[in-house]
Amino acid sequence: MTGEAVVAVEGLSRRYGQTQAVDAVSFTLERAQILGFLGLNGAGKSTTMRMLAGVLAPDAGRILINGTDLLDQPRPAKQAIGYLPEQPPLYRELTVDEQLHYSAGLHRLDRAASRQAMARVKEQCGLTNVGRRLTGNLSKGYRQRVGIAQALLHDPPVLILDEPTVGLDPIQAGEIRALICELGRERGVILSTHLLSEVQATCSHVQIMRAGRLVFAGALAELQQQRQSACLRIGLNAPPLVAELARLPAVTQVESLGGGRFRLHHAGAAPTQAVLDQARADGWELWELTPEQASLERIFVELTLGRGTAE
Amino acid sequence: MIGVIATHELRRLFLSPLAWTLLAVNEALLAWVFIILVNDFQNTRGRLAALEHAPGVTDLVVAPLFRVAAWGLLLLTPLLTMRLFSEEQRTGTLDLLLSAPVSATQIVLGKYLGVLVFLLSAVALMALMPLALMAGAALDGGKLLAGLLGLGLLAASCAAAGLYLSSLTAQPMVAATATFGLLLAFWIVDLGAGQGAGNALFGYLSLPRHNDALLLGLARSEDVAYYLLFSVAFLGLTIRRLDNLRLRG
Repeated sequence: MTGEAVVAVEGLSRRYGQTQAVDAVSFTLERAQILGFLGLNGAGKSTTMRMLAGVLAPDAGRILINGTDLLDQPRPAKQAIGYLPEQPPLYRELTVDEQLHYSAGLHRLDRAASRQAMARVKEQCGLTNVGRRLTGNLSKGYRQRVGIAQALLHDPPVLILDEPTVGLDPIQAGEIRALICELGRERGVILSTHLLSEVQATCSHVQIMRAGRLVFAGALAELQQQRQSACLRIGLNAPPLVAELARLPAVTQVESLGGGRFRLHHAGAAPTQAVLDQARADGWELWELTPEQASLERIFVELTLGRGTAE
Repeated sequence: MIGVIATHELRRLFLSPLAWTLLAVNEALLAWVFIILVNDFQNTRGRLAALEHAPGVTDLVVAPLFRVAAWGLLLLTPLLTMRLFSEEQRTGTLDLLLSAPVSATQIVLGKYLGVLVFLLSAVALMALMPLALMAGAALDGGKLLAGLLGLGLLAASCAAAGLYLSSLTAQPMVAATATFGLLLAFWIVDLGAGQGAGNALFGYLSLPRHNDALLLGLARSEDVAYYLLFSVAFLGLTIRRLDNLRLRG
């Protein structure tokens, strides 16, 4: 972890009236990292991202973007950010080209640079054929793409994307995810979502928020390691006694699911081979053997609802 | 940077049917008033010729026309300025401006400039009608210019007030209503005020009263300063409000 930190946040807090929306959040993001912000609705994801983008002023805390303090020197810091809010900020009566041109102007690109940048982002985001269409007439997927293209125009080292795939059909969402993965190779990307599968598909790092606090921060792999036990689901036509299953190597607990199906909780590597060998030797007539995928989901639920131990 | 925002604002105004409709309606109504004024002037010309120091066509046609045009501005500006900030708040496009490397002052001045250019072109359109009189009559150029300056300053003041009220709400109609109410209050604040020291204040606050001298061809720095102060005050309030939006969320 010796990469160059493009975002560093310390003790960020924000309250709306009586509600503490974000409470002392600290983290860093490095170049070539894609950080997934996970949490239920209202957990403080959007508020945090709005503060990072300079749209909302924090009550307390410090935000360094590419080494520049966002609150002391907003202009150079904001020049280093590309921000896509929950609703892509598009003027319905402008065409895609006009919209991108305006955004390029706001980010101080001159005429030639703006023309180059527009050609580049339209290529990247698959917008080359819709340049003359009004943004108000585009489908949700295309509007989202224009929003991302707009955030990319000035080639910022930091991208902040607030729920970039919400409301898209699975194919569009897949395309946007692929685009984000590609963008994340040379930039620092922060994206928020409430979909765990999206984080698994795109992110290298995860942060889980609950009620304004960070309850988990680390690499995706660390989250996967957090599972205390993994499971193997088996189905048998001639099941033995539960006690016999419990004697299998590494099995810590056996749950009977009825109809000859069992869930074997195990520690360490899954005892697949042992189950197969034993089933053949004792004639259990094995018809199902599935490693359970739900463990990451369960950790997510535990962390977001506050039932877990990872506080 | 202010130029980028101003151009964008102006382009959006010309893309909306509302702005074109307002221009057309305003121009049509003024044309009607203009015809009546010219007709009246024709009818009284014979009697006026007998007078010494008789009022000319500029006093009898152009000045009353500009007085009506001032009322036109009062009706026009709230509908033009209502969208400036309120719609951006409602649709979330304000986030694009707030997250861009531009200051609140630049945003406010850019938007103000955009709508002001539109209003000044509306004033220029209004000026075309009296200018057409030059074909057959001698106009007093100084009085005409003073009258146009008055309309321009009035437009600048109305636009600044409208811009501020538009930043206060996410509902364009609320912004338009409030702007109209505020401007009308400044319009009629001197009604019922007679002579006397206490009434001087109300007279001073009145928006159109400062236009009266200009319509007579008298460009006093006192009147110009009033309009400039009025505009700067509301622009300052708008910048403050925009910074506050970031704090309040």
